[in-house]
Amino acid sequence: MTLIGLARRSLGNRALAAALTAFTIALSVGLLVVVEQMRGQVREGFYRSVSGTDLIVGAPTAPVQLLLFTVFGLGQPPGNVSMEAYQEIAAEPGVAWTIPISVGDAFRGFRVVGTTNAMFEHYRYAGKQPLAFAAGGAFDDLFDTVVGHRVAAEEGLAAGDGIELGHGGGSDQLHFHEGQPFRVAGVLAPTGTPVDQSVYIRLAAHEAIHVGWERGVPPPGATLDPDEARALVDDQHDDHDHDHDYDYDREHGATGEGGRDLEPDEISAFFVGLHNRAQAFALRYRIQEREGEPLLAILPGIALQQLWRITGLAEQVLRIVSALVVAAGLLGMLTALVTTLDQRRREMAILRACGARPWQISALLVAEAGMLAAAGIVLGIALAAGLQWLASGWLLARFGVAVAPAVPDAYLFGILGAIWLAALLVALLPAAMVYRRTLADGMQVKQ
Amino acid sequence: MSDAPGNPAAALLEIRGLSFAWPGDARPVLDGLDLELAAGRSLFLAGASGGGKSTLLALIGGLATPDAGSIHLAGRDLGAMGRAERDRFRADHVGIVFQQFNLMPWLDAVDNVLLGCRFSRARRHRAGNAREAAHALLEGMDLPPALHGRRADRLSVGQQQRVAAARALIGRPDLVVADEPTSALDADRRDRFLDLLFERVHEAGAALLFVSHDRSLAGRFDARRELGEGKVRP
Repeated sequence: MTLIGLARRSLGNRALAAALTAFTIALSVGLLVVVEQMRGQVREGFYRSVSGTDLIVGAPTAPVQLLLFTVFGLGQPPGNVSMEAYQEIAAEPGVAWTIPISVGDAFRGFRVVGTTNAMFEHYRYAGKQPLAFAAGGAFDDLFDTVVGHRVAAEEGLAAGDGIELGHGGGSDQLHFHEGQPFRVAGVLAPTGTPVDQSVYIRLAAHEAIHVGWERGVPPPGATLDPDEARALVDDQHDDHDHDHDYDYDREHGATGEGGRDLEPDEISAFFVGLHNRAQAFALRYRIQEREGEPLLAILPGIALQQLWRITGLAEQVLRIVSALVVAAGLLGMLTALVTTLDQRRREMAILRACGARPWQISALLVAEAGMLAAAGIVLGIALAAGLQWLASGWLLARFGVAVAPAVPDAYLFGILGAIWLAALLVALLPAAMVYRRTLADGMQVKQ
Repeated sequence: MSDAPGNPAAALLEIRGLSFAWPGDARPVLDGLDLELAAGRSLFLAGASGGGKSTLLALIGGLATPDAGSIHLAGRDLGAMGRAERDRFRADHVGIVFQQFNLMPWLDAVDNVLLGCRFSRARRHRAGNAREAAHALLEGMDLPPALHGRRADRLSVGQQQRVAAARALIGRPDLVVADEPTSALDADRRDRFLDLLFERVHEAGAALLFVSHDRSLAGRFDARRELGEGKVRP
């Protein structure tokens, strides 16, 4: 029987205590692995979500807030951007494309985004990938919607299905916009970004479902029925191409019933793509120094950096806490080993009588620590994977960030290896105690 | 080295003028002790508690070094060896049985016997197939095969002592040292244990150094010595 075999049998003899010790280490290692992996994955998830957009423009607020509500659907817009300002900026030299968005509505907890077909043409994610349709296509009719992958999957929607949309951003909307027969025109392919949990509708449709809603609830008889709405838009569509429904001539469009038109006066924000990325700073300067309506323009990458500066401190605190928890786990193992020393004194003497050298008896303890720590680390990785698996659904639903259990990378393996070595080092203390004691006790323990 | 190994006239164990005092004790436990034991012979060492028996065993085992005098075992001077070498030498040449608590409680009988050659390559080599040798020795000590795989702490005291004897004998050491191995046994089991021990020690060709306060056993041994006042009296 080898020393390792002896150590294994010795642990087996104290199976419950050994299992508890290993589990303590597993919990601490699991926490550390989760913190380290999620940190990286959440960051990557956020970076995936916006790509190829050079500027995001909205009403003045904190840059991070503008980023959060436009890209991640978190929070509410602090104010709106007038159509005039939007059209002016869209016409600036150097602007390749713009995507207007109006947010604030929800469909069963998924956010509803009013936009144009420019969204499906120009929006990019994760290394400048365009959005792709899994089924159907872009907007055609006024009440056409395009739904993200998860919306379709969770609500069982397919292209051609009808849906009803609600007002208000929360998952517990109070009012349904009944009577507006929205239809799913297209289902997007999965992206692993907040796009997956969004429902896209036309800006004009966004406006239509809010006609009469100025006070937050519909007054009786003040809402449009679908045919009235279509009639308004059809008037407008006579002269305009489908991809540019924001570009209506307001004089021409303002001819609907009761003086209503579906051309929105305001949008929540818009994305800007430039022909030359280097012009982003100059355009941002021009937007922010404009006369009249104050606007905020952000570079998504820089806003993300600011977000990391805010979350960075929390991350560091989490890392320190998880490191301390690992230290506590190793101290727990040390305590467990030291408390066994007295009851093992006789075993040490027996081994000595059988010819074991003191270092071999010490090595037995280090071997036990190595096995406990290794079991704890392996179990900890499994725990972390389980935890991430459980958390991934919530993170995806709440933040649109895709997190999956992953095999630890080389850096994390380095940390885990260091924890294992630390366990061996910690075991040197009881090992040294055993070494001295075996020399003093010799082959016999006086009872 | 004064005694050549293999010299038939040389004693297996030869102790000359051995003196030892534990640190802090003014009075030596052993004072000028002389003792000889030839290969394959048995020696009964009697003595009261505190008479230096344990000290003598620790010195023979190489766990303590004498203040004066010498111990030669199998032709080698223990005093000329380093501590690690003495440990290895003990593992190779000496099998030990104590009064009780001889066994690792969480190992079964066979694995406890195998411990006897775990730390000595020489004894592993001499044992051949160590596991078979362990079973044979256990049966030789009258432990039924059904008990060979039983955990040591679930064996009776008498069975445990027989396992301990088998462990001391595996790999045929030159010397078996038994320190009060029968004091926890009643008279019948004591006699049966001694019968088996003598048979197996004889088979293995080992010398037996048997320490006990029970002088009624002395008649079965080739030689008898009284240990007291630090010297051995005939």
